[in-house]
Amino acid sequence: MQNDNPPLSRDRQRPTQRRSEARTNGLIDTRIDRRRALASAAGLAGALSVWPMFWADAAPLKYALKPTKLAPGAWMITGADEAITRQNGGAIANITILDTKDGAVIVDTGPSRRYGMELEKLARELTGKPVVRALLTHFHPDHVFGCQPFDKNALAAPKGVVDGLKQSGEDFASAMYYLAGDWMRGTEVVLPGKLIENEREDVGERRFRYLVLSGHTDSDLAVFEEKSGLLIAGDLAFLDRAPTTPHADLPTWHASISQLSELPFSKLIPGHGPAETTPRALRQTGDWLKMLDDRISEAFERGLSMNEAMTAPIPSWAEKLALARYEFERSVMHIYPKLEADRWPRVDHPDR
Amino acid sequence: MRMTTLTTRLLAVVLTGLALTSATAHAGGPPDPLDSVMWDEMREQFFGDASYTFDGAVKVSVPKVLENQAQVPVTVDARALGKVKKLVVFSDLNPVQHTLTMTPFEAAPFISFRLKVEQATPVRAAALTEDGVWHVGGVFLDAAGGGCSSPAMARNKPDWALTVGNTKGRAWRQADGMSRFRMSIKHPMDTGLTQDNIPAFYIEQVLVRGASGKVLAKVEMREPVSEDPTITMMVRLPVGDRAIRVDSRDIDGNQFSARIKAGWTESRLNLPQAVAE
Repeated sequence: MQNDNPPLSRDRQRPTQRRSEARTNGLIDTRIDRRRALASAAGLAGALSVWPMFWADAAPLKYALKPTKLAPGAWMITGADEAITRQNGGAIANITILDTKDGAVIVDTGPSRRYGMELEKLARELTGKPVVRALLTHFHPDHVFGCQPFDKNALAAPKGVVDGLKQSGEDFASAMYYLAGDWMRGTEVVLPGKLIENEREDVGERRFRYLVLSGHTDSDLAVFEEKSGLLIAGDLAFLDRAPTTPHADLPTWHASISQLSELPFSKLIPGHGPAETTPRALRQTGDWLKMLDDRISEAFERGLSMNEAMTAPIPSWAEKLALARYEFERSVMHIYPKLEADRWPRVDHPDR
Repeated sequence: MRMTTLTTRLLAVVLTGLALTSATAHAGGPPDPLDSVMWDEMREQFFGDASYTFDGAVKVSVPKVLENQAQVPVTVDARALGKVKKLVVFSDLNPVQHTLTMTPFEAAPFISFRLKVEQATPVRAAALTEDGVWHVGGVFLDAAGGGCSSPAMARNKPDWALTVGNTKGRAWRQADGMSRFRMSIKHPMDTGLTQDNIPAFYIEQVLVRGASGKVLAKVEMREPVSEDPTITMMVRLPVGDRAIRVDSRDIDGNQFSARIKAGWTESRLNLPQAVAE
């Protein structure tokens, strides 16, 4: 049995008034203060003297991270091709670990404090060194909520990612507590200490090229390691798992995909799905986005409501991707309001 | 504080529901397929002593996954019943259960809109047929909630009042002779339940007319209809009418009018090239 009491310390950080805009832009939007509600539930439970006995952990939750070797001194932890659930604890995104002479470099930190702690331990076991650089690809919670075990100055991200975390981090945390439950215990938003731009950074013998792009969100970091040729694309690339669009801008996403296609990579690690030597992830992501644009535009232009549009047929190649219908439905909800605002004419002031 | 009030209120509602359950257990009528503790209260509130039946002909569609609890797309479709006098939409566990009532004089018993949900709840539609029977359909909507107790997005903008009533929309002639229209009216649709003491302020009535004035449908809305109400409906325009006129009124007496062209030329699809191939 999982228990859902978050640490009470989180509660003190509540801003007195929350901005609903951040919530509406959120990956998952929970408008109620879930943590406060749960905290008061925990307080109630504490008042019943026998309850704490049963409240104790039945069995500690464990992610049991399994690294796959990508290249010499490079590993990936493959995320589940699933939505965030209480079964997978939010471990749905790919995480990369690279060994260097000067220490370990990781890309993304996972969905929770618990995940981050297991990741920190695994990186030390694999490389024999501490993590000296932890890069965050974008502000979505499945990628950036495992930061607590890492040194603030080792954590690095583009300014847009940090801004996104400042604006929406707390709301994402609420949503994650609702979706993943006790896996999130003790998780707090951590802002990286180092801002990165389009630049190079050498860590040990490795030569990193940072590409600050956008399209999946307002700020997406791709990491190209020139010595090994590994390209860690973050969520700009998905493979065999339907892409997600809560903060997407499709034209800029296409442009970013073109830019990544020009890199001479030996292997591409997508944000979700398997790593491959081929550019299949980039092509498939581009094809999915074009399909979304076409199908959702068509439904919109025919006057279908959102619910009707959600049932629109999608091509069989697209239907085969993990979570295809689930993400198509979500994308209808993301894209429709923009179309309504952009494409419908004003019809008020009828007598003018 | 907000949670406490809300919890108390919901608790009171639930307890009332339980009390009614025991009181009306012998009232008869088919049992609720969604097994809601609020069913007997809902039945009494919306149907009184009228007879009702749970009927798959009244379809309620919601998404499988929710992201924005203040903008949940809902489509209610009772066209399978034929002629319907009234269509009522309600959510058992929302703080305000009644969402809207549509009277389709010359319209299909069909409406799409967006709903605020405060917690996971049954979302139901009941269609009253000419024989005086309510036909009830519904789904259980899983939700994190909080949509009714969060301030409207407009409240983040100091000049929100300048755009209230701005309306966008479009209409399409359908092969079956009906005219489908979709429209969105700028309005905060405040529930009065948010922590910032903003009183309830919402559009309470939408009258849909043909260009020549004939009333085709009436929609009475309540607080749970989302900010900037966005609706999809189908009406039968009188012969010769080439536009739909929509007159709305909020609870402060503000009136908003819109005129949506509904000729055949306006129905042309502007599809992107890729789709047309």
